[in-house]
Amino acid sequence: MTVVVLVEQLEGEVDELSLQALALARELAGGDPLTALLVGDGGSEASAQLGAHGVATALAAEDERLAAYAPGAWARSVTDAIERTGASAVVAAGTERGNEVLSHVAARLDLPFAANCTAIGEGPEPLTVTRVRWGGSLLEEARVHGSPALLSVAPHMVAAATVNGADAPAVEAFAPGLADDDLLVRVSEHVDAVTSGISLAEAKVVVSGGRGVGSADGFRMLEELAELLHAAVGCSRVVTSAGWRPHTDQVGQTGTKVSPDLYIACGISGATQHIAGCKGAKKILAINKDAEAPILASADYAVIGDLQEIVPAITAELRKGRT
Amino acid sequence: MRILVCVKRVPLTGGRMVLTADEQAIETRHLGFTISPHEECGVEEAVRIVEQHGGETTVLTLGPPEAEEQLRDTLAMGADRGLLLAADGEEWDPQATAAAILAAIEDEQAAGGDFDLIVFGNESADSGNFQVGIRVAHALERPVATGLKGLTVEDGQVRCEREVTGGRDIYLLPLPAVVTVLEGINLPRYPSVPAKLRARQKAIEKRAPERPDSRLEKLRLVVPPGQGKQAEILGEGADAAPAVVGVMRDLGVA
Repeated sequence: MTVVVLVEQLEGEVDELSLQALALARELAGGDPLTALLVGDGGSEASAQLGAHGVATALAAEDERLAAYAPGAWARSVTDAIERTGASAVVAAGTERGNEVLSHVAARLDLPFAANCTAIGEGPEPLTVTRVRWGGSLLEEARVHGSPALLSVAPHMVAAATVNGADAPAVEAFAPGLADDDLLVRVSEHVDAVTSGISLAEAKVVVSGGRGVGSADGFRMLEELAELLHAAVGCSRVVTSAGWRPHTDQVGQTGTKVSPDLYIACGISGATQHIAGCKGAKKILAINKDAEAPILASADYAVIGDLQEIVPAITAELRKGRT
Repeated sequence: MRILVCVKRVPLTGGRMVLTADEQAIETRHLGFTISPHEECGVEEAVRIVEQHGGETTVLTLGPPEAEEQLRDTLAMGADRGLLLAADGEEWDPQATAAAILAAIEDEQAAGGDFDLIVFGNESADSGNFQVGIRVAHALERPVATGLKGLTVEDGQVRCEREVTGGRDIYLLPLPAVVTVLEGINLPRYPSVPAKLRARQKAIEKRAPERPDSRLEKLRLVVPPGQGKQAEILGEGADAAPAVVGVMRDLGVA
Protein backbone atom coordinates (compact mmCIF):
# COMPACT_ATOMS: atom_id res chain seq x y z
CA MET A 1 0.00 0.00 0.00
CA THR A 2 1.41 3.37 -1.00
CA VAL A 3 1.22 5.87 1.84
CA VAL A 4 2.34 9.48 1.50
CA VAL A 5 3.21 11.31 4.72
CA LEU A 6 3.23 15.10 4.86
CA VAL A 7 6.36 15.85 6.91
CA GLU A 8 6.79 19.25 8.56
CA GLN A 9 10.27 20.63 9.10
CA LEU A 10 11.85 23.87 10.15
CA GLU A 11 15.21 24.86 8.65
CA GLY A 12 16.01 21.27 7.81
CA GLU A 13 14.97 19.83 11.20
CA VAL A 14 12.01 17.41 11.12
CA ASP A 15 9.21 18.13 13.59
CA GLU A 16 8.84 15.48 16.30
CA LEU A 17 5.07 15.21 15.64
CA SER A 18 5.79 14.29 12.01
CA LEU A 19 8.01 11.42 13.24
CA GLN A 20 5.04 10.21 15.31
CA ALA A 21 2.84 10.43 12.19
CA LEU A 22 5.39 8.32 10.31
CA ALA A 23 5.10 5.61 12.99
CA LEU A 24 1.33 5.26 12.51
CA ALA A 25 1.73 5.51 8.73
CA ARG A 26 4.11 2.53 8.78
CA GLU A 27 1.45 0.47 10.50
CA LEU A 28 -1.07 1.56 7.86
CA ALA A 29 1.37 0.72 5.03
CA GLY A 30 1.75 -2.80 6.41
CA GLY A 31 5.52 -2.79 6.15
CA ASP A 32 5.75 -1.19 2.72
CA PRO A 33 8.24 1.68 2.52
CA LEU A 34 6.77 5.15 2.95
CA THR A 35 6.86 8.19 0.71
CA ALA A 36 7.43 11.50 2.51
CA LEU A 37 6.29 14.85 1.14
CA LEU A 38 8.23 17.92 2.26
CA VAL A 39 7.08 21.36 1.17
CA GLY A 40 9.36 24.34 0.66
CA ASP A 41 12.93 25.27 1.62
CA GLY A 42 14.94 22.79 3.65
CA GLY A 43 12.85 19.81 2.53
CA SER A 44 15.65 17.91 0.79
CA GLU A 45 18.05 18.44 3.74
CA ALA A 46 15.45 17.30 6.26
CA SER A 47 14.66 14.16 4.27
CA ALA A 48 18.05 12.64 5.16
CA GLN A 49 16.72 12.04 8.71
CA LEU A 50 13.72 10.07 7.45
CA GLY A 51 15.31 6.80 6.32
CA ALA A 52 15.48 5.69 9.93
CA HIS A 53 11.71 6.21 10.13
CA GLY A 54 10.82 3.94 7.24
CA VAL A 55 10.84 6.44 4.38
CA ALA A 56 12.26 5.17 1.06
CA THR A 57 11.33 8.11 -1.15
CA ALA A 58 11.13 11.80 -0.31
CA LEU A 59 9.18 14.12 -2.59
CA ALA A 60 10.39 17.69 -2.21
CA ALA A 61 7.86 20.25 -3.43
CA GLU A 62 9.93 23.24 -4.52
CA ASP A 63 8.86 26.66 -5.70
CA GLU A 64 10.05 30.06 -4.49
CA ARG A 65 6.38 30.94 -3.85
CA LEU A 66 6.34 28.27 -1.11
CA ALA A 67 8.64 30.40 1.07
CA ALA A 68 5.71 31.90 2.99
CA TYR A 69 3.18 29.36 4.30
CA ALA A 70 0.03 29.19 2.15
CA PRO A 71 -2.43 26.38 3.03
CA GLY A 72 -3.78 26.22 -0.53
CA ALA A 73 -0.27 25.82 -1.97
CA TRP A 74 0.49 23.02 0.50
CA ALA A 75 -2.80 21.35 -0.42
CA ARG A 76 -1.82 21.57 -4.11
CA SER A 77 1.52 19.94 -3.27
CA VAL A 78 -0.37 17.09 -1.57
CA THR A 79 -2.85 16.53 -4.43
CA ASP A 80 0.05 16.58 -6.91
CA ALA A 81 1.90 14.01 -4.76
CA ILE A 82 -1.21 11.80 -4.74
CA GLU A 83 -1.26 11.91 -8.54
CA ARG A 84 2.47 11.18 -8.84
CA THR A 85 2.37 8.18 -6.49
CA GLY A 86 -1.18 6.83 -6.84
CA ALA A 87 -1.28 6.88 -3.03
CA SER A 88 -3.96 4.90 -1.16
CA ALA A 89 -3.58 7.10 1.91
CA VAL A 90 -2.15 10.44 2.99
CA VAL A 91 -1.08 10.92 6.61
CA ALA A 92 -0.08 14.15 8.38
CA ALA A 93 0.66 15.15 11.97
CA GLY A 94 -2.39 16.53 13.80
CA THR A 95 -0.80 19.96 14.03
CA GLU A 96 -2.51 23.23 13.09
CA ARG A 97 -0.93 22.95 9.66
CA GLY A 98 -1.48 19.21 9.23
CA ASN A 99 -5.18 19.43 10.01
CA GLU A 100 -5.59 22.59 7.95
CA VAL A 101 -3.83 21.26 4.85
CA LEU A 102 -5.61 17.88 4.88
CA SER A 103 -8.96 19.67 5.32
CA HIS A 104 -8.20 21.63 2.15
CA VAL A 105 -7.19 18.43 0.35
CA ALA A 106 -10.40 16.71 1.54
CA ALA A 107 -12.53 19.62 0.35
CA ARG A 108 -10.81 19.69 -3.06
CA LEU A 109 -11.08 15.95 -3.64
CA ASP A 110 -14.48 15.60 -1.93
CA LEU A 111 -13.11 12.93 0.42
CA PRO A 112 -13.63 12.24 4.11
CA PHE A 113 -10.80 13.27 6.48
CA ALA A 114 -10.27 11.65 9.88
CA ALA A 115 -8.47 14.14 12.14
CA ASN A 116 -6.32 13.19 15.14
CA CYS A 117 -6.17 9.42 14.83
CA THR A 118 -4.46 7.27 17.46
CA ALA A 119 -4.69 3.80 15.90
CA ILE A 120 -5.48 1.90 12.72
CA GLY A 121 -8.13 -0.82 12.89
CA GLU A 122 -7.69 -4.38 11.70
CA GLY A 123 -9.61 -5.94 8.87
CA PRO A 124 -10.34 -5.34 5.21
CA GLU A 125 -11.40 -2.15 3.42
CA PRO A 126 -12.88 0.29 4.12
CA LEU A 127 -10.29 1.46 6.62
CA THR A 128 -11.22 1.84 10.27
CA VAL A 129 -9.43 4.18 12.67
CA THR A 130 -9.56 5.25 16.29
CA ARG A 131 -9.59 9.01 16.71
CA VAL A 132 -9.62 11.56 19.49
CA ARG A 133 -12.72 13.41 20.63
CA TRP A 134 -13.14 15.99 23.38
CA GLY A 135 -9.40 16.74 23.39
CA GLY A 136 -8.65 13.12 24.34
CA SER A 137 -11.34 12.58 27.00
CA LEU A 138 -13.15 10.27 24.60
CA LEU A 139 -12.18 8.09 21.63
CA GLU A 140 -14.17 7.23 18.52
CA GLU A 141 -13.88 4.22 16.27
CA ALA A 142 -14.78 5.29 12.76
CA ARG A 143 -14.84 3.92 9.23
CA VAL A 144 -13.39 6.06 6.43
CA HIS A 145 -15.37 5.67 3.19
CA GLY A 146 -13.08 7.08 0.50
CA SER A 147 -9.73 6.65 -1.21
CA PRO A 148 -7.13 7.88 -0.78
CA ALA A 149 -7.80 7.82 2.97
CA LEU A 150 -6.85 11.13 4.61
CA LEU A 151 -5.70 10.89 8.23
CA SER A 152 -3.91 13.08 10.73
CA VAL A 153 -2.22 11.62 13.81
CA ALA A 154 -3.06 12.97 17.27
CA PRO A 155 -0.01 14.62 18.89
CA HIS A 156 1.79 12.61 21.61
CA MET A 157 -0.51 9.57 21.33
CA VAL A 158 1.77 7.45 19.12
CA ALA A 159 5.48 6.97 19.82
CA ALA A 160 8.00 7.71 17.05
CA ALA A 161 9.95 4.58 16.12
CA THR A 162 13.09 3.91 14.10
CA VAL A 163 14.03 1.00 11.85
CA ASN A 164 17.50 -0.55 11.64
CA GLY A 165 19.96 -0.13 8.83
CA ALA A 166 17.89 2.17 6.69
CA ASP A 167 19.51 4.33 4.03
CA ALA A 168 18.67 7.97 3.45
CA PRO A 169 15.66 8.16 1.13
CA ALA A 170 15.91 8.93 -2.56
CA VAL A 171 14.92 12.56 -3.08
CA GLU A 172 12.65 13.52 -5.97
CA ALA A 173 12.20 17.27 -6.31
CA PHE A 174 9.12 18.48 -8.16
CA ALA A 175 7.40 21.78 -8.84
CA PRO A 176 3.75 21.66 -7.74
CA GLY A 177 1.31 23.12 -10.26
CA LEU A 178 0.45 26.17 -8.18
CA ALA A 179 -2.50 28.27 -9.33
CA ASP A 180 -2.99 31.91 -8.27
CA ASP A 181 -5.92 30.85 -6.06
CA ASP A 182 -3.60 28.51 -4.14
CA LEU A 183 -1.56 31.54 -3.04
CA LEU A 184 -4.38 33.97 -2.24
CA VAL A 185 -4.29 33.07 1.46
CA ARG A 186 -0.70 33.18 2.68
CA VAL A 187 1.37 34.55 5.54
CA SER A 188 2.05 38.15 4.57
CA GLU A 189 3.77 39.27 7.75
CA HIS A 190 5.15 37.86 11.01
CA VAL A 191 4.95 39.80 14.26
CA ASP A 192 7.35 38.71 17.02
CA ALA A 193 5.83 38.10 20.43
CA VAL A 194 6.97 40.09 23.42
CA THR A 195 7.60 37.34 25.93
CA SER A 196 8.30 37.68 29.59
CA GLY A 197 8.71 35.13 32.33
CA ILE A 198 8.54 31.36 32.00
CA SER A 199 6.47 29.95 29.16
CA LEU A 200 3.53 27.80 30.27
CA ALA A 201 4.11 25.20 27.57
CA GLU A 202 7.76 24.70 28.52
CA ALA A 203 7.75 25.20 32.31
CA LYS A 204 9.09 22.37 34.52
CA VAL A 205 6.56 23.28 37.19
CA VAL A 206 3.13 24.85 36.75
CA VAL A 207 1.15 26.33 39.65
CA SER A 208 -2.42 26.47 38.44
CA GLY A 209 -5.58 27.89 39.98
CA GLY A 210 -9.29 27.31 39.50
CA ARG A 211 -12.59 28.57 40.82
CA GLY A 212 -11.43 27.77 44.35
CA VAL A 213 -8.87 30.57 44.22
CA GLY A 214 -11.86 32.89 44.55
CA SER A 215 -10.67 36.07 42.84
CA ALA A 216 -8.04 37.68 40.65
CA ASP A 217 -6.27 38.84 43.83
CA GLY A 218 -6.26 35.28 45.10
CA PHE A 219 -3.69 34.41 42.45
CA ARG A 220 -1.04 36.47 44.28
CA MET A 221 -0.25 33.60 46.61
CA LEU A 222 0.03 31.27 43.61
CA GLU A 223 2.43 33.69 41.93
CA GLU A 224 4.52 33.82 45.09
CA LEU A 225 4.81 30.03 45.20
CA ALA A 226 5.51 29.92 41.46
CA GLU A 227 8.38 32.38 41.81
CA LEU A 228 10.10 30.19 44.40
CA LEU A 229 9.76 27.13 42.14
CA HIS A 230 10.69 28.97 38.89
CA ALA A 231 7.24 27.86 37.76
CA ALA A 232 4.69 29.28 35.37
CA VAL A 233 1.22 30.22 36.61
CA GLY A 234 -1.72 28.57 34.89
CA CYS A 235 -5.47 28.48 35.42
CA SER A 236 -8.70 26.76 34.44
CA ARG A 237 -11.31 27.96 31.94
CA VAL A 238 -13.62 29.23 34.70
CA VAL A 239 -10.89 31.66 35.71
CA THR A 240 -10.34 33.12 32.23
CA SER A 241 -14.11 33.34 31.62
CA ALA A 242 -14.39 35.37 34.84
CA GLY A 243 -11.61 37.66 33.63
CA TRP A 244 -9.33 36.90 36.60
CA ARG A 245 -6.46 35.81 34.33
CA PRO A 246 -5.70 36.27 30.62
CA HIS A 247 -6.54 33.43 28.23
CA THR A 248 -2.81 32.89 27.61
CA ASP A 249 -2.68 31.39 31.14
CA GLN A 250 -5.45 28.87 30.47
CA VAL A 251 -4.56 25.19 30.62
CA GLY A 252 -7.10 22.98 28.89
CA GLN A 253 -8.74 21.65 25.74
CA THR A 254 -9.22 25.19 24.40
CA GLY A 255 -6.12 26.60 26.08
CA THR A 256 -2.49 25.50 26.39
CA LYS A 257 -1.48 21.84 26.70
CA VAL A 258 1.27 21.54 29.30
CA SER A 259 3.74 18.76 30.17
CA PRO A 260 5.70 19.85 33.29
CA ASP A 261 7.42 17.55 35.77
CA LEU A 262 4.94 18.76 38.40
CA TYR A 263 1.51 20.32 37.93
CA ILE A 264 -0.01 21.84 41.05
CA ALA A 265 -3.79 22.19 40.68
CA CYS A 266 -5.15 24.57 43.33
CA GLY A 267 -8.91 24.70 43.70
CA ILE A 268 -9.48 23.03 40.32
CA SER A 269 -12.33 20.51 40.26
CA GLY A 270 -10.97 18.58 37.27
CA ALA A 271 -13.46 19.00 34.44
CA THR A 272 -12.55 16.99 31.32
CA GLN A 273 -11.90 20.31 29.52
CA HIS A 274 -9.09 20.98 32.04
CA ILE A 275 -7.66 17.45 32.26
CA ALA A 276 -7.24 17.49 28.45
CA GLY A 277 -4.66 20.25 28.97
CA CYS A 278 -2.67 18.89 31.94
CA LYS A 279 -2.70 15.11 31.52
CA GLY A 280 0.75 15.38 29.90
CA ALA A 281 2.25 16.32 33.29
CA LYS A 282 4.57 13.72 34.85
CA LYS A 283 3.03 14.28 38.29
CA ILE A 284 -0.08 16.14 39.39
CA LEU A 285 -0.59 17.49 42.91
CA ALA A 286 -4.17 18.50 43.71
CA ILE A 287 -4.95 20.94 46.49
CA ASN A 288 -8.69 20.82 47.01
CA LYS A 289 -11.19 21.16 49.82
CA ASP A 290 -13.31 18.37 48.33
CA ALA A 291 -11.85 14.90 48.76
CA GLU A 292 -14.38 13.64 46.16
CA ALA A 293 -13.39 16.14 43.41
CA PRO A 294 -12.81 14.51 39.98
CA ILE A 295 -9.27 15.97 39.88
CA LEU A 296 -8.23 13.36 42.46
CA ALA A 297 -8.81 10.61 39.88
CA SER A 298 -6.16 12.23 37.68
CA ALA A 299 -3.76 13.33 40.44
CA ASP A 300 -0.75 11.54 41.93
CA TYR A 301 -0.77 13.47 45.19
CA ALA A 302 -3.41 15.43 47.02
CA VAL A 303 -3.75 17.74 49.98
CA ILE A 304 -7.28 18.16 51.28
CA GLY A 305 -8.24 21.50 52.75
CA ASP A 306 -8.40 25.26 52.26
CA LEU A 307 -5.88 26.36 49.62
CA GLN A 308 -5.77 29.82 51.24
CA GLU A 309 -3.99 28.16 54.17
CA ILE A 310 -2.15 25.39 52.36
CA VAL A 311 -0.46 27.40 49.58
CA PRO A 312 1.14 29.99 51.93
CA ALA A 313 2.21 27.15 54.23
CA ILE A 314 4.02 25.43 51.34
CA THR A 315 5.67 28.74 50.38
CA ALA A 316 6.80 29.26 53.96
CA GLU A 317 8.11 25.69 54.21
CA LEU A 318 10.13 26.13 50.99
CA ARG A 319 11.61 29.41 52.27
CA LYS A 320 12.50 27.79 55.59
CA GLY A 321 14.57 25.20 53.78
CA ARG A 322 16.51 27.88 51.94
CA THR A 323 17.59 30.16 54.76
CA MET B 1 -21.30 43.86 7.26
CA ARG B 2 -23.52 40.81 7.21
CA ILE B 3 -21.91 38.09 9.30
CA LEU B 4 -22.86 34.45 9.74
CA VAL B 5 -21.59 32.49 12.75
CA CYS B 6 -21.97 28.70 12.81
CA VAL B 7 -22.26 27.06 16.24
CA LYS B 8 -22.82 23.57 17.65
CA ARG B 9 -24.78 22.45 20.69
CA VAL B 10 -22.58 20.31 22.96
CA PRO B 11 -23.06 18.92 26.47
CA LEU B 12 -21.36 20.43 29.52
CA THR B 13 -19.48 17.30 30.40
CA GLY B 14 -18.14 18.08 33.87
CA GLY B 15 -15.73 15.64 35.47
CA ARG B 16 -16.31 12.35 33.66
CA MET B 17 -17.81 10.98 30.48
CA VAL B 18 -20.54 8.31 30.63
CA LEU B 19 -21.76 6.71 27.40
CA THR B 20 -25.24 5.56 26.42
CA ALA B 21 -25.74 1.77 26.32
CA ASP B 22 -25.36 1.65 22.51
CA GLU B 23 -22.00 3.50 22.75
CA GLN B 24 -23.16 6.04 20.16
CA ALA B 25 -23.32 9.13 22.36
CA ILE B 26 -22.54 10.65 25.74
CA GLU B 27 -25.27 10.07 28.31
CA THR B 28 -26.68 13.59 28.65
CA ARG B 29 -29.76 13.01 30.82
CA HIS B 30 -28.20 14.84 33.73
CA LEU B 31 -26.15 17.37 31.76
CA GLY B 32 -26.70 20.94 30.64
CA PHE B 33 -25.76 22.16 27.18
CA THR B 34 -23.71 24.97 25.72
CA ILE B 35 -21.87 25.79 22.49
CA SER B 36 -18.20 25.07 21.83
CA PRO B 37 -15.93 27.66 23.53
CA HIS B 38 -14.28 28.73 20.26
CA GLU B 39 -17.72 29.42 18.78
CA GLU B 40 -18.84 31.50 21.75
CA CYS B 41 -15.86 33.74 20.99
CA GLY B 42 -16.87 33.70 17.31
CA VAL B 43 -20.30 35.08 18.22
CA GLU B 44 -18.74 37.76 20.42
CA GLU B 45 -16.32 38.73 17.65
CA ALA B 46 -19.14 39.05 15.11
CA VAL B 47 -21.25 41.16 17.46
CA ARG B 48 -18.29 43.48 18.11
CA ILE B 49 -17.59 43.89 14.38
CA VAL B 50 -21.25 44.77 13.76
CA GLU B 51 -21.22 47.20 16.71
CA GLN B 52 -18.24 48.92 15.09
CA HIS B 53 -19.12 48.76 11.39
CA GLY B 54 -22.90 48.30 11.39
CA GLY B 55 -24.73 45.37 9.83
CA GLU B 56 -26.27 42.21 11.13
CA THR B 57 -25.16 38.95 12.76
CA THR B 58 -26.95 35.70 11.94
CA VAL B 59 -26.20 32.57 13.98
CA LEU B 60 -26.75 29.15 12.41
CA THR B 61 -26.81 25.76 14.07
CA LEU B 62 -27.33 22.24 12.77
CA GLY B 63 -28.66 20.14 15.60
CA PRO B 64 -31.67 18.75 17.41
CA PRO B 65 -34.73 21.00 17.85
CA GLU B 66 -33.51 21.69 21.41
CA ALA B 67 -30.55 23.60 19.91
CA GLU B 68 -32.95 26.55 19.72
CA GLU B 69 -31.90 27.12 23.34
CA GLN B 70 -28.28 27.70 22.24
CA LEU B 71 -29.41 30.05 19.45
CA ARG B 72 -31.37 32.09 22.05
CA ASP B 73 -28.19 32.30 24.14
CA THR B 74 -26.28 33.78 21.19
CA LEU B 75 -29.14 36.18 20.44
CA ALA B 76 -28.85 37.35 24.06
CA MET B 77 -25.15 38.05 23.37
CA GLY B 78 -26.24 40.46 20.65
CA ALA B 79 -26.73 38.40 17.49
CA ASP B 80 -29.71 39.54 15.45
CA ARG B 81 -31.32 36.41 14.07
CA GLY B 82 -31.07 32.64 14.27
CA LEU B 83 -31.19 29.87 11.72
CA LEU B 84 -31.95 26.38 13.04
CA LEU B 85 -31.23 23.46 10.74
CA ALA B 86 -33.27 20.97 12.71
CA ALA B 87 -31.85 17.48 12.35
CA ASP B 88 -32.62 14.05 13.69
CA GLY B 89 -30.76 13.08 16.83
CA GLU B 90 -28.08 11.30 14.78
CA GLU B 91 -24.61 12.73 14.32
CA TRP B 92 -23.80 14.39 10.99
CA ASP B 93 -20.30 13.82 9.67
CA PRO B 94 -18.22 16.86 8.58
CA GLN B 95 -19.04 16.53 4.88
CA ALA B 96 -22.78 16.29 5.55
CA THR B 97 -22.58 19.20 8.01
CA ALA B 98 -20.73 21.39 5.51
CA ALA B 99 -23.24 20.51 2.75
CA ALA B 100 -26.22 21.45 4.95
CA ILE B 101 -24.61 24.76 5.94
CA LEU B 102 -23.76 25.47 2.29
CA ALA B 103 -27.37 24.82 1.23
CA ALA B 104 -28.60 27.23 3.91
CA ILE B 105 -26.15 29.92 2.76
CA GLU B 106 -27.25 29.43 -0.85
CA ASP B 107 -30.88 29.84 0.22
CA GLU B 108 -29.91 33.13 1.89
CA GLN B 109 -28.05 34.24 -1.23
CA ALA B 110 -31.07 33.40 -3.39
CA ALA B 111 -33.20 35.55 -1.09
CA GLY B 112 -30.76 38.43 -1.67
CA GLY B 113 -28.90 38.19 1.62
CA ASP B 114 -25.29 37.13 1.18
CA PHE B 115 -22.72 37.15 3.98
CA ASP B 116 -19.52 39.23 3.94
CA LEU B 117 -17.91 37.14 6.65
CA ILE B 118 -18.63 33.58 7.77
CA VAL B 119 -17.23 32.61 11.18
CA PHE B 120 -16.65 29.12 12.59
CA GLY B 121 -14.91 27.81 15.68
CA ASN B 122 -11.57 26.23 14.79
CA GLU B 123 -12.91 22.83 15.86
CA SER B 124 -15.97 21.66 17.73
CA ALA B 125 -15.50 20.72 21.39
CA ASP B 126 -17.00 17.26 20.92
CA SER B 127 -16.06 15.73 17.56
CA GLY B 128 -13.00 17.93 16.82
CA ASN B 129 -12.97 17.43 13.04
CA PHE B 130 -11.20 20.74 12.18
CA GLN B 131 -12.67 20.88 8.64
CA VAL B 132 -16.26 22.13 8.28
CA GLY B 133 -15.29 25.79 7.81
CA ILE B 134 -12.69 24.93 5.18
CA ARG B 135 -15.17 22.73 3.29
CA VAL B 136 -17.78 25.52 3.25
CA ALA B 137 -15.18 28.07 2.09
CA HIS B 138 -14.03 25.76 -0.69
CA ALA B 139 -17.59 25.19 -1.93
CA LEU B 140 -18.23 28.96 -1.93
CA GLU B 141 -14.82 29.59 -3.57
CA ARG B 142 -13.92 32.01 -0.79
CA PRO B 143 -10.60 32.51 1.02
CA VAL B 144 -10.33 30.96 4.49
CA ALA B 145 -7.90 31.43 7.39
CA THR B 146 -8.06 29.18 10.46
CA GLY B 147 -7.08 29.13 14.13
CA LEU B 148 -7.27 32.90 14.57
CA LYS B 149 -6.59 34.90 17.73
CA GLY B 150 -7.08 38.31 16.13
CA LEU B 151 -9.48 39.70 13.53
CA THR B 152 -9.73 43.26 12.15
CA VAL B 153 -12.09 44.30 9.36
CA GLU B 154 -10.71 47.20 7.33
CA ASP B 155 -11.13 48.50 3.76
CA GLY B 156 -12.88 45.52 2.24
CA GLN B 157 -10.51 43.01 3.77
CA VAL B 158 -10.01 41.17 7.02
CA ARG B 159 -6.65 41.11 8.81
CA CYS B 160 -6.21 37.73 10.51
CA GLU B 161 -3.72 36.92 13.27
CA ARG B 162 -2.66 33.39 14.09
CA GLU B 163 -0.38 32.49 17.00
CA VAL B 164 2.70 30.53 16.01
CA THR B 165 5.96 29.76 17.82
CA GLY B 166 7.64 33.07 18.58
CA GLY B 167 4.80 35.39 17.61
CA ARG B 168 1.91 35.84 15.23
CA ASP B 169 1.47 35.22 11.50
CA ILE B 170 -0.70 37.73 9.64
CA TYR B 171 -3.02 36.84 6.75
CA LEU B 172 -4.91 39.46 4.74
CA LEU B 173 -8.11 38.12 3.19
CA PRO B 174 -10.31 40.00 0.73
CA LEU B 175 -13.99 39.99 1.69
CA PRO B 176 -16.18 38.00 1.38
CA ALA B 177 -14.19 35.48 3.42
CA VAL B 178 -14.44 32.60 5.86
CA VAL B 179 -12.55 32.49 9.18
CA THR B 180 -12.23 30.02 12.05
CA VAL B 181 -11.40 31.41 15.49
CA LEU B 182 -9.95 30.21 18.79
CA GLU B 183 -11.01 30.91 22.35
CA GLY B 184 -8.96 33.83 23.68
CA ILE B 185 -9.58 36.06 20.64
CA ASN B 186 -11.85 37.98 23.03
CA LEU B 187 -13.61 37.60 26.35
CA PRO B 188 -17.29 36.90 25.57
CA ARG B 189 -19.83 39.04 27.43
CA TYR B 190 -22.33 37.72 29.94
CA PRO B 191 -25.76 38.69 28.57
CA SER B 192 -27.75 41.08 30.78
CA VAL B 193 -31.30 40.23 31.84
CA PRO B 194 -32.82 42.81 29.43
CA ALA B 195 -30.67 41.32 26.62
CA LYS B 196 -32.04 37.87 27.45
CA LEU B 197 -35.60 39.22 27.35
CA ARG B 198 -34.98 40.92 24.00
CA ALA B 199 -33.55 37.65 22.66
CA ARG B 200 -36.94 36.00 23.19
CA GLN B 201 -38.46 38.36 20.63
CA LYS B 202 -35.84 37.82 17.93
CA ALA B 203 -36.57 35.68 14.88
CA ILE B 204 -35.40 32.08 14.55
CA GLU B 205 -36.07 30.52 11.17
CA LYS B 206 -36.20 26.74 10.93
CA ARG B 207 -35.36 24.33 8.17
CA ALA B 208 -35.07 20.56 8.16
CA PRO B 209 -32.34 19.21 5.87
CA GLU B 210 -32.06 15.49 5.10
CA ARG B 211 -29.05 13.67 6.49
CA PRO B 212 -26.97 11.81 3.88
CA ASP B 213 -24.93 8.69 4.71
CA SER B 214 -21.76 9.35 6.67
CA ARG B 215 -18.46 8.98 4.85
CA LEU B 216 -16.61 9.37 8.14
CA GLU B 217 -18.84 6.81 9.80
CA LYS B 218 -18.90 6.70 13.60
CA LEU B 219 -18.92 3.05 14.71
CA ARG B 220 -18.74 3.50 18.44
CA LEU B 221 -17.38 5.71 21.19
CA VAL B 222 -14.92 4.49 23.79
CA VAL B 223 -14.01 6.00 27.15
CA PRO B 224 -10.20 5.74 27.22
CA PRO B 225 -8.83 3.63 30.04
CA GLY B 226 -8.21 5.92 33.04
CA GLN B 227 -4.67 6.57 34.14
CA GLY B 228 -5.59 4.28 37.01
CA LYS B 229 -4.45 6.85 39.49
CA GLN B 230 -5.41 6.93 43.10
CA ALA B 231 -4.02 10.15 44.51
CA GLU B 232 -1.76 9.69 47.52
CA ILE B 233 -3.17 11.94 50.22
CA LEU B 234 -0.23 13.90 51.65
CA GLY B 235 -2.30 15.34 54.48
CA GLU B 236 -4.97 17.84 55.40
CA GLY B 237 -4.62 21.60 55.64
CA ALA B 238 -1.44 23.58 56.30
CA ASP B 239 0.09 20.68 58.27
CA ALA B 240 0.69 18.91 54.94
CA ALA B 241 3.24 21.53 53.82
CA PRO B 242 6.39 19.61 54.89
CA ALA B 243 5.15 16.48 53.07
CA VAL B 244 4.46 18.55 49.93
CA VAL B 245 7.93 20.07 49.99
CA GLY B 246 9.37 16.57 50.54
CA VAL B 247 7.64 15.39 47.35
CA MET B 248 8.94 18.45 45.47
CA ARG B 249 12.49 17.67 46.55
CA ASP B 250 12.11 14.01 45.55
CA LEU B 251 10.93 15.15 42.10
CA GLY B 252 13.91 17.52 41.88
CA VAL B 253 11.79 20.63 41.38
CA ALA B 254 12.47 22.39 44.70
